[in-house]
Amino acid sequence: MHVPDGFIDAPTSAVTGVVAAGALAVSLRGARKELDERTAPLAGLVAAFIFAVQMLNFPVAAGTSGHLLGGALAAILVGPYTAVLCVSVVLLMQGVLFADGGLTALGVNITDMAIVTTLVSYAVFRALLAVLPRKRRSVTVASFVAALVSVPAAAVAFTLIYAIGGTTDVSIGKVATAMIGVHVLIGIGEAVITALTVGAVVAVRPDLVHGARGLRQRLQLRVNGALVDAPAPTAPVAARTSRRTLWVTGLVTSLVLAGFVSFYASASPDGLEKVAHDKGIDKEAKEHAAADSPLADYGVKDVSDARLSGGLAGVIGVGVTVVAGSAVFWALRRRRDADASPVNTGV
Amino acid sequence: MGAGHAHRLYRHGHSPVHALPPHTKLAATFLFVVVVVSTPREAMWAFAGYGVLLAAVAYHARVPAGFLLRRLLIEVPFVAFAVLMPFVAEGERVHVLGLSLSVNGLWGAWNVLAKGTLGVAASVLLAATTELRELLLGLQRLKLPPLLVQIASFMIRYGDVITDEMRRMRIARESRGFQAKGVRHWGVLAKSAGALFIRSYERGERVHLAMVSRGYAGAMPVIDEVTASGAQWRHALALPCAALVVCLLGWVL
Repeated sequence: MHVPDGFIDAPTSAVTGVVAAGALAVSLRGARKELDERTAPLAGLVAAFIFAVQMLNFPVAAGTSGHLLGGALAAILVGPYTAVLCVSVVLLMQGVLFADGGLTALGVNITDMAIVTTLVSYAVFRALLAVLPRKRRSVTVASFVAALVSVPAAAVAFTLIYAIGGTTDVSIGKVATAMIGVHVLIGIGEAVITALTVGAVVAVRPDLVHGARGLRQRLQLRVNGALVDAPAPTAPVAARTSRRTLWVTGLVTSLVLAGFVSFYASASPDGLEKVAHDKGIDKEAKEHAAADSPLADYGVKDVSDARLSGGLAGVIGVGVTVVAGSAVFWALRRRRDADASPVNTGV
Repeated sequence: MGAGHAHRLYRHGHSPVHALPPHTKLAATFLFVVVVVSTPREAMWAFAGYGVLLAAVAYHARVPAGFLLRRLLIEVPFVAFAVLMPFVAEGERVHVLGLSLSVNGLWGAWNVLAKGTLGVAASVLLAATTELRELLLGLQRLKLPPLLVQIASFMIRYGDVITDEMRRMRIARESRGFQAKGVRHWGVLAKSAGALFIRSYERGERVHLAMVSRGYAGAMPVIDEVTASGAQWRHALALPCAALVVCLLGWVL
C-alpha cells in the first residue's frame, strides 16, 4: 500500500503531511511516557522488528501472499504512541533509502499506514479488553479483532484520501471495492498472525506486552495460612498518558475534518438520503423538529456560500459536541472521584 | 554487524555529488520531487526535461545508468497498476489496436508512471551518493526531532542483526522440513515473529543498559558537526531550481 509520488495531488499531500507531523509530535511526547528514558534504543529495535516482520510473507490463497503491516502488532506490544513512531520511522526509511513510497507521499503513507492502523486497532483492542473477562485468552481474541479491523480501516482511509486528492479518475466506488476487498483478505492473515504472535509473547514474557498490563497479577503472600495482598510497589506500574495532549489533538483533528475537509465533500445527498428519496420513503417523513434551527441541514443560515457555510456548521457542531461531551465526562469523573476512597487512590 | 557500515544501496565514490553535505542533498531531493509532483501532466516535455536533469546529476555523481535502472525495478508493482488504469477509468474512450481505452485513464497512468519514476530515481540517486550515517546526520540538521533520528539510527544499525536472527530461524525451520504452504502454517510463522519480538526487545534492553553505563543521558553526542557553505547550498539547489524553471514553463506554455 506504499503510495508513490504523483498518485495524490500536491495540496492533499501537504495536508496529510501536516496531519502526520502533528501526530508524530504528539507521539513523541507520549512515547516518553510509555517507554520512560529507554525510548530511543527500544523504539529503534521495535522499528527494526516491524521492518523485519514486514518481510515475513504469508501465503494467502492461490499462490498469492501478503505481508504484515504491523501497525496493530506494534500498538498492542509497545503501546500506541511508540507504535506510531516506529511504523513512521520504518516508512520514512523505506521512502528515503529504498525509494519504496514517494517522498511527497510520505504524509499520505504515514497517515494511512502508521496512524490509522495503530489508532483504530488500539481503540478496538482497548474497547474489547474492557468488555471481555480479564484473562490471557481475551488479549489474544482482542488482538485478533483489532488487527482484523485495522487493515480494512487503512484501506478505507486510503480511499478517502484518494477521493479528496486522487489524480486519476477511476471512480471512487471501484477503488473502494478493490482496496477494501483485497485488504479484508490481507486483514484475516494479519489478524491470525498478530493474535498468535501476541499469544506467543504473552505466554513467555507477559510483562513485555503493553496491552496486557492490566492483567498483571497482584503479588500475594501467604501469611498464617491466609492469602494477603503484598504492599504495592513504590513505582507506578503503568505511566498514565497525558489527557490534555490527547484532548487537544482530538479537538484540532475534528475541527480540521469538520471545517476543512467538508469543504471538499460532495454536496449531493448521501447514500441513505438518496435511496430514501428515490424510493419515496421520505414522503412520509415529517420535517425534523429542528429544521428551523440555525444549523439545519449542516449549513449556517445567512451564509450564502454553500461550502463555507458547511464548513462553519461543521466547526460549530464539533464545538457543541465537545462541550456537551466534556460536561458529561466531567460530571461522571467528579462523581467517581467522590466515591473513591483515599486508600484506593494511593495505588 | 560484521558487514560494512554502508547500506546496500550506497555506491562508494568521490564525486562532487558525494562530497555535498547530506542535508543539502536531502533538501534538494525533496524540493525536486515536490516540483515534479506539481507539474501539470499535459506538459509531457517537462518530464523529459526532469529526466535530463536527473541524468546530468547521475553523470556528475558517476553513477552508471545500469545501476540506476536496476534500482528502478522497485517500482514494478505500480507499473502494473498504471497499466490497468486505462481499462478501468471512466470518461471518453479511444480505440487503439482493438482495445477500448479511457482517455482520462491514459492520462492518469502517464501521470503516475512519470512522476513515480522520477521520484524513485531521485531517491535512488540520493541513497546511492549518501552514506547512511550522513543521511541520519542530515535529517538531524534539517531539524527532524532528535528522538526520531535516534530511533531511525537504531533501527538501521540493528536492522541487520534482527534480519540475521530471522534468517537463522528460517534456516532452522527449513532444515526441519518446514515449508509455508498454506493457512495451517501461519501459526509457525506467528511463533517465529513472537520469538523475534522477545529477542529484539531483550536485546534492546541490554543495549540500553550498556549505553547507560557508558554515560548515555538521552541524547547522542554529535562529534562531527556538518555545516554547508553558501556555495554548497547553491550547488545542491541548482537541481530543484532548474526543475522549477521547467515546471513554470510547463504551466505557462
